Amino acid sequence: METALDEQILHFGLGSEPQYLDPHLATSVAAHNILSALLEGLVSEDPKTLKPLPGVAKSWEVLDEGRTYIFHLRKNAHWSNGDKVTAHDFVYSFRRILNPNLGAQYASMLYPLKNAKEFHQSLKSLAIEDIGAKALDADTLVLTLENPVPYFLELLNHYSWFPVHQPTIEKFEAYEKMGSAWTKPNNFVGNGPFKLKKHHINSVIEVAKNKHYWDAERVRLRGIRFYPIEAVYTEERAYRSGFLHLTQSVSADRIDFLKEKYPDELHFEPYLGTYFYRFNLDMPPFNDARVRRAFSLSIDRKRLVEKVLKGGQAPASTFTPPGTGGFYPDPGFGHDPETAKSLLNSYLQEKGLEKLPPVELSYNTSEGHKKVAEALHGMWKDILGVEIRLLNMEWKVFLSTISNGDFTLARAGWIGDYVDPHTFLQMWRSGDGLNMTGWANKSYDQALHQAEISISKEERWKSFQTCEDLLAEETPILPLYFYVHLTLRHPTVKGWYPTLLDHHPYKYVYLAKEDHP
Amino acid sequence: MTQQSSSLGRDAWLRLRANRMAMLSIYLLLGIFLISLVGPWLSSYSYEQQDLDHIFQSPGKNHLFGTDNLGRDVFARTTYGGRISLAVGLLATLVSLVIGVTYGMLSGYLGGRMDAWMMRAVDVLYSLPFIIFVILLMVLFGRNFLLLFLAIGAVEWLTMARITRAQTLNLKKAEFVEAARALGYSHSRILFRHLLPNLIGPIIIYATLTVPAVMLLEAVLSFLGLGVQAPMSSWGSLIKEGAEKMDAAPWLLFFPGSFFCLTLFALNFLGDGLRDALDPKSSKD
Amino acid sequence: MSKLIVSRFLQAIPTIWIIATLTFFMTRYAPGGPFDSERAIPEEIKVKLQSHFGLDQPLFHQYLLYFKNLLRGDLGPSFKYPDWEVSELIATAFPVSLTLGLFSLLIALLIGIPAGMLAALRQNSWLDYLPMSLSMAGICLPTFVLGPLLIYTLSTQLGIFPALGWHGPSDWVLPSLTLGLFYASYIARLTRAGMLETLQLDYVRTARAKGASSLRVLTKHAARGGLLPVVTFLGPAFAGLISGSFVIESIFFIPGLGKFFVTAAFNRDYTMVLGTVLFYATLIILLNLLVDLLQAWLDPKSREVR
Repeated sequence: METALDEQILHFGLGSEPQYLDPHLATSVAAHNILSALLEGLVSEDPKTLKPLPGVAKSWEVLDEGRTYIFHLRKNAHWSNGDKVTAHDFVYSFRRILNPNLGAQYASMLYPLKNAKEFHQSLKSLAIEDIGAKALDADTLVLTLENPVPYFLELLNHYSWFPVHQPTIEKFEAYEKMGSAWTKPNNFVGNGPFKLKKHHINSVIEVAKNKHYWDAERVRLRGIRFYPIEAVYTEERAYRSGFLHLTQSVSADRIDFLKEKYPDELHFEPYLGTYFYRFNLDMPPFNDARVRRAFSLSIDRKRLVEKVLKGGQAPASTFTPPGTGGFYPDPGFGHDPETAKSLLNSYLQEKGLEKLPPVELSYNTSEGHKKVAEALHGMWKDILGVEIRLLNMEWKVFLSTISNGDFTLARAGWIGDYVDPHTFLQMWRSGDGLNMTGWANKSYDQALHQAEISISKEERWKSFQTCEDLLAEETPILPLYFYVHLTLRHPTVKGWYPTLLDHHPYKYVYLAKEDHP
Repeated sequence: MTQQSSSLGRDAWLRLRANRMAMLSIYLLLGIFLISLVGPWLSSYSYEQQDLDHIFQSPGKNHLFGTDNLGRDVFARTTYGGRISLAVGLLATLVSLVIGVTYGMLSGYLGGRMDAWMMRAVDVLYSLPFIIFVILLMVLFGRNFLLLFLAIGAVEWLTMARITRAQTLNLKKAEFVEAARALGYSHSRILFRHLLPNLIGPIIIYATLTVPAVMLLEAVLSFLGLGVQAPMSSWGSLIKEGAEKMDAAPWLLFFPGSFFCLTLFALNFLGDGLRDALDPKSSKD
Repeated sequence: MSKLIVSRFLQAIPTIWIIATLTFFMTRYAPGGPFDSERAIPEEIKVKLQSHFGLDQPLFHQYLLYFKNLLRGDLGPSFKYPDWEVSELIATAFPVSLTLGLFSLLIALLIGIPAGMLAALRQNSWLDYLPMSLSMAGICLPTFVLGPLLIYTLSTQLGIFPALGWHGPSDWVLPSLTLGLFYASYIARLTRAGMLETLQLDYVRTARAKGASSLRVLTKHAARGGLLPVVTFLGPAFAGLISGSFVIESIFFIPGLGKFFVTAAFNRDYTMVLGTVLFYATLIILLNLLVDLLQAWLDPKSREVR
């Protein structure tokens, strides 16, 4: 670790092996952590606030009430092989990810672009040129949007918007092919502060400083080594024996212990995500809103967070984490055991039931999910007298069970893709692929649509609040808590700040002794 | 005939009774059985009763074995887990013992082409992906508790069969087998009367080694959703969770681990004693 | 002898074919597919993905195609990591697992066999009880308990060996020890049991009665038959050891094969499951053949005949 200071090599706990290093195919946090070192989009982000800063584009203009963006690219932006980064590269990249034959999972991130959705889903017969991305010349890029999107510039920091190097893609015939060798160390051509040096699967991914990067002077780290250590306990041991500067996560059961031993190195950082349960509205007893509300009202979320999770998570009384993009929804999901009991009783009386038949709660196998499920099992038993049967499943079995609607109550979680309530509330639109509760509500769809087309913040917040109110009233879901990113981080890591999306632009990061400025 | 077998049994029992370690083991096992049976009732807490205000309590007056991460009584959970682990461990071992020994003896005794194909079938079963196999079992039959035995039995009998076969091959040319054949005894008589007692030693030892493997395998299967479901407990799952928290809350590993260990020690010394007692050769002394 | 080997190789072909066929259909009938994730993929993209990997073809057609490629030695790209070929991934991870497996086996044999023999020769003395109790303790401590314990004592406290990683020989010690001690316990018990059987055989007793030294009796007469159960156990055990251990690999962060065996099944990485299963099947068949050859050699009677 001491030598690491002189070497300026950051040892990074990656959590898991990324499936792809192709920004248009990547789908994971692990991939983000690598790709944000290897590539850079039109804008970059402020290390503290994540507000957009100049990236490959040195400046931009916003026209047509936010429907058109003109980006002026810097002349000194280069690929790691020395080629210049041009506006054409971006157009090529956007067309690639929106090409339906590529099968990119995150193509929908580009749907704000005009005609992007129609082209990608082949809804209309459109030419690839109809997509709202044009290069006026090598240094000028014009993006035309379908509707104004207030968080558009922030969106550009998602890897799906990152550029790829056209000659490399073509050399490996990877334009519409998933699975290709272009992402291997000697082949990868990127435009980020670092370049890919080594990739041993399940062992290490190493990046080294890219001297062709336009802002290379600012980059102080000489390299980063990413270790995909999946087992949390192993990652913790790795950290404690000086193998890592920072861990991807920390087991909730270790918090008390680590708080005591490493008070200055254990960090609880807010993270844009909600942990919740889905009700299946097609299955009794949850086809009745009274039962759903009774289940929600009987949970003491504060106690769950403080006594069981103990990781500084916040109890969730809304679905959208408060403060997302500046939106603070009024709390809707409360704790009221008496009302819960009377709601359930009125349901039981109506159905002529003595007590509720056992309810099955499905979750994918993990210590953390099990603990929450067991705690709720206790609360529901105490207050409602309901017998809950816990069903743990292997991950893929769980996924297929949920998407087949073969559950009554199931665990879920959602991490925001961008800092706007929309990333959360869009999933409860009737019939949305992520909804899966069977809940369909016209007023909700209307309010959501209103928010999507509104420009003024006030109007958007008002519509989002309507959405939240409807969620609380109907309770198709059971928000439990808002995520916290728990991590161990060595005091020598500088220029690293807690951010909502857990993004940490590496060009500001460096290693220094504690007393060093 | 019955006269002879009962006297064989009585001889074995007499020899076993003379073995101090084996008798001690029997008492110990009985003790563990008893505490697992009545323990959950002795405790004033149920195995699933949570007390979020008293989590991770070290062993003390209120909680003899301490409490876990949800404030549940570890004594209640350990003894309750004993019921499940003992039942699964002993029954599944017995199942794999019966299948493995019969299959292995037949294969070795028949020999030749039959033996070759019977052993290739074992190779096939060794190689199939176990996780997928278990997932498919659950898809086909639901979360039936009996599947647990099927899944465990399917893997655990294989090595047992190979060991038995090797011993059979080794012994079938021995004088006493030749003699029995010359006397015109039936195959089943030769197999079970003459061969089995002579290869019982390694089989008993391997069976006692199978018990802990089965108990731990149960924890793996519950990960896949088969068998024990939370908040129920078993020694396997308690040990697995305890191992992860051993420096912060060592009692979570220590108590279920001790029960697990004591059971294995007792089973092994009992196994050794049984081996000696059943050994036909030792009667010549 | 050579006849046995030839006939085994002939048997291996249908055996492997059956294993591959069963595995192929088992993986396909398991619920969930390689592309399922928490973010439900839009239907039209799923269709593209399926057709890209040929999963839209009739199942039997896919099966034939897989075999056609297999005969050419092509295991296909991994579904989970499409940038990598299955054979490439196995070829990178196998040397790691082989090293770890061989060292563990060495430790297991060096400790297990002498301990078991000693216990058998001095049955019911403290030389029997002590090693056997230790071996029981070894079985009581599953690898997921022993591994962290060894790390805590020999690495965290004493700082002799690295806690994890796989860079040089010093990294091999703790994982090999963890695995090796566990197997040593099994081997010790099986050796003792096997030796006790043969020590009571007439010809061994005769040799002993004639005053042959213990060591001579042991090596010349008793050991051959006595090691039979251990040798039989070692076939599959060794195959398991060198094809990697998921638990050890995740405790010590070792890039071995064991992880692929487990995660391929969880990821429904069809080609990877088949690749690892075929690899393991080949090992099992080869090692069981080796065991049978060893058995023939160890069997005192079959030697006398020769």
